[in-house]
Amino acid sequence: MTPVILFCALAWFALGGIGMLWGRRDVTRVVVYGGTLAVAGIALLAAFFQLGLGDAPVPTLVLPLGLPWLGMNFHLDDLAAVFLIITNLGAAAASLYAIGYGRHEHEPWRILPFYPVFIAAMNLVIVAADAYDFLVFWELMSLASWALVMAHHNQQETRRAGVTYLLMADAGTLALLLAFGLLAGAHGHYDFAAMQAAHPSPAVGAVVMVLVLIGAGSKAGLVPLHVWLPRAHPAAPSQVSALMSGVMTKVAIYAFIRIVFDLAGPVAWWWGLVVLIAGGVTAVLGVLYALMEDDIKTILAYSTIENVGLIFVGLGLALAFKADGMVVAAALALTAALFHALNHMLFKSTLFFGAGAIQHATGTRDLSKLGGLIRRMQISAVPMLIAAMAIAALPPLNGFASEWLLLQAILLSPALPQFGLKLAVPAVGALVALSAAFAAACFVRFFGIAYLGRPRSGAAAAAHETDVFSRGAMIGLAALCIAAGVLPGLVVDLLAPVTQSLLGAHVPSQRGLSWLTIIPVSASRSSYDPLLIFIFIAVSGSLAALALHRFGSRVIRRAPFWGCGFRGLEEASAPDRAIGTQYSPSGLAQPIRRVFASVVFRARDDVVFRARDDEMMPASGRPVPTSFVSRWIDPAWGLFYTPMVALIGQIADRANRLQFLSIRRYLGFVFAALVALLAWNALWG
Amino acid sequence: MGFLAPLLSTETSLSVAHVLAGGLVLVSFMMLYQDRLSSVINVLALHSAVLGFAVGWQAIIQNAPELYITAGLALGFKAIVIPLALHRMVEKLGIHRQVEAVGGISLTMLAGIGLVALSMVVMLRTAAHADALAREDVALALSVILLGMLMMVTRRNAVSQIAGFMSLENGLILAAAGAQGMPLVVEISVAFSILIAFIVIGVFLFRIRERFDTVDSTTLDAFRGEMQ
Repeated sequence: MTPVILFCALAWFALGGIGMLWGRRDVTRVVVYGGTLAVAGIALLAAFFQLGLGDAPVPTLVLPLGLPWLGMNFHLDDLAAVFLIITNLGAAAASLYAIGYGRHEHEPWRILPFYPVFIAAMNLVIVAADAYDFLVFWELMSLASWALVMAHHNQQETRRAGVTYLLMADAGTLALLLAFGLLAGAHGHYDFAAMQAAHPSPAVGAVVMVLVLIGAGSKAGLVPLHVWLPRAHPAAPSQVSALMSGVMTKVAIYAFIRIVFDLAGPVAWWWGLVVLIAGGVTAVLGVLYALMEDDIKTILAYSTIENVGLIFVGLGLALAFKADGMVVAAALALTAALFHALNHMLFKSTLFFGAGAIQHATGTRDLSKLGGLIRRMQISAVPMLIAAMAIAALPPLNGFASEWLLLQAILLSPALPQFGLKLAVPAVGALVALSAAFAAACFVRFFGIAYLGRPRSGAAAAAHETDVFSRGAMIGLAALCIAAGVLPGLVVDLLAPVTQSLLGAHVPSQRGLSWLTIIPVSASRSSYDPLLIFIFIAVSGSLAALALHRFGSRVIRRAPFWGCGFRGLEEASAPDRAIGTQYSPSGLAQPIRRVFASVVFRARDDVVFRARDDEMMPASGRPVPTSFVSRWIDPAWGLFYTPMVALIGQIADRANRLQFLSIRRYLGFVFAALVALLAWNALWG
Repeated sequence: MGFLAPLLSTETSLSVAHVLAGGLVLVSFMMLYQDRLSSVINVLALHSAVLGFAVGWQAIIQNAPELYITAGLALGFKAIVIPLALHRMVEKLGIHRQVEAVGGISLTMLAGIGLVALSMVVMLRTAAHADALAREDVALALSVILLGMLMMVTRRNAVSQIAGFMSLENGLILAAAGAQGMPLVVEISVAFSILIAFIVIGVFLFRIRERFDTVDSTTLDAFRGEMQ
């Protein structure tokens, strides 16, 4: 199936060419997005077919391009197939969405050439089977997504996001480059097969693991390498935001799994500890950021950071179990991580599509200006609600299934021999549980403020439903959220060949269990019956609704309500004044912000009186316009980036002096370098 | 002179080549402690002459007629024409009597000895399997190159720097001639590049002189306002 993917990539490149040549015509949008959708469908089928083939060995395809002695190696194994499914499913949904949503784009020629290329690059990263190819396509993926982020380059914020993104992407690629250099060894075996055959020493393996954690982690959004992500992901057009958050972070996770599980040789137990702690901290901090943020797309970007943290917790657990030879437990943790990667693609793409629809319908991304959209966007609110419930890990949806599997893996940790892991894993488990609770709060806030209540601005009151393509993409993905939630056994079985090939073990087959139960370890330990829960929720919900409507009072009573101390609000004749007394997004998040964010993020709330600057509090009974200001900082900037920038500035200043030396000194440097190299050669060469 | 070749045993011919290469290193050392410009130029002429003989000898023992051209170029052009031109230039500039302050002759000589030792050790390490005499030849050529660089680095006067550069290039040619047969094209292009460097630096010298009344290259730094 490898050639199919390569032909798909060629087709995408051709579509990019079409977008470049005729990007200004309206029909090109339909051609490019429709073509991308069709090609992604073919690639998706190919990946499924590959996964269904079973254990048959797959030949590596070598094209006579690239480095002359290496060629371009492509290989499509089970791991690659799973990630191709995630990538192309997300790409297909985003393309379907963009057929409709792309109509609102002012300058489509800035997007159409890069969009198919971005998808092609992600596919090629996944099938690449040598370090050279991998890095070339990785860099192509970064650059294409950068170009897409810069589509709205006339906004100052977007340009800043672009610079930050470019810097972080290049730093990450540099780390991966060094990791591959170490793995290739002194003889430069850059194809993955040779790297698998060569067993790197433990020290080399450890350095490689740390470098990959930095390189792939910066692309995926691990704290503190996440700073570009909440700026760049929201700045792109919504279909691209969905691809970047839903799919590109998964490609980064693929890179981590490919290198650390497949290429870096034997695993030391502390690798798992490092990855676990990074993942746990990322999960909690990411969702706390999301809770404090008011921009809907930035909320979703921060929530991506949280989910990436959860996936890395699963990967860290798998590493820890693998190091101690507990392969079945490792397979469970890896299955949970992969399952969550798939789920995150499903619901995060849906949410970004919905956010794009909101942005177009209201002209704003500010949560505090939205409200009541469920009445104006009645159809697209349903998939949004399903996706929000799924990301909040409510049963019987898919987010719950994967997080439940992750917690099952965490519960197996007491069997680990190392004391450090025995202590750390439950602590990380607590972080996971905390972040799940925060995620629920975050999406209650997101959905509740945006869709429920009354419109907080005229724009929200005048919102309209989105087009049929966008709705189709959202409904499709939301349906998959329900399907994966109710039938998690199918997904677990689908992932079994991956864990089998990477770890030599897999989670027991879930096929044939009654009531579609999943039993990850043994029936005596734990089981989960999503179908029963689904039926129970459906039946009890319907009964409750029926009872309320049948037996409850149907009489609508209008009565004055308490106006929070304001006079006039009690009068039913002035309903608009009541809108301002609804919960605001900052108000809803305030308890959590005060308790959890006042130390780490130095979150501060201030009430500003606009009457006179020097006045702290107006005299009693005198009405004064006031506003509420909530401030918080990202500690990663103060702790890491500001000192780093200062250090680089200092080094640059020092090095700058080298530009103004005499010719004789330059000659002297050349001479000294030559002598030093010769001496090195003579002494240790 | 190819007729000489059968008369000599391989060993003798190689020792003569060795002696000539060693002579080139010796002349490089001589150049290091000359403090008058005219004597630096004379030593450069001697340096090129020794190179000419060394390459000529290589032409005989390797039976490589194209090396005669190289030897001829070295003898005629580098040993006679360029030194004469340099002498004229120095006289025109009026600095032929000038004594150049060469800081720490003994230190420079010590550094030079260190460089020769370094190149010997390097060759011993990197070409351990090669024939001993060939290895020594390359080592000597490398030390001529390093000594030329040392000359360029220690001198302030642009004319002495040219002399250092020329001796460096002589070292390159010695190494290339020692290796069995360097293509003539390469040799000619090297010779031309040297010629062009010579012309450019010569023109440059007069320009410096016109502006600053001296060819001491440190004044350039002062002019740039970047004296440390």
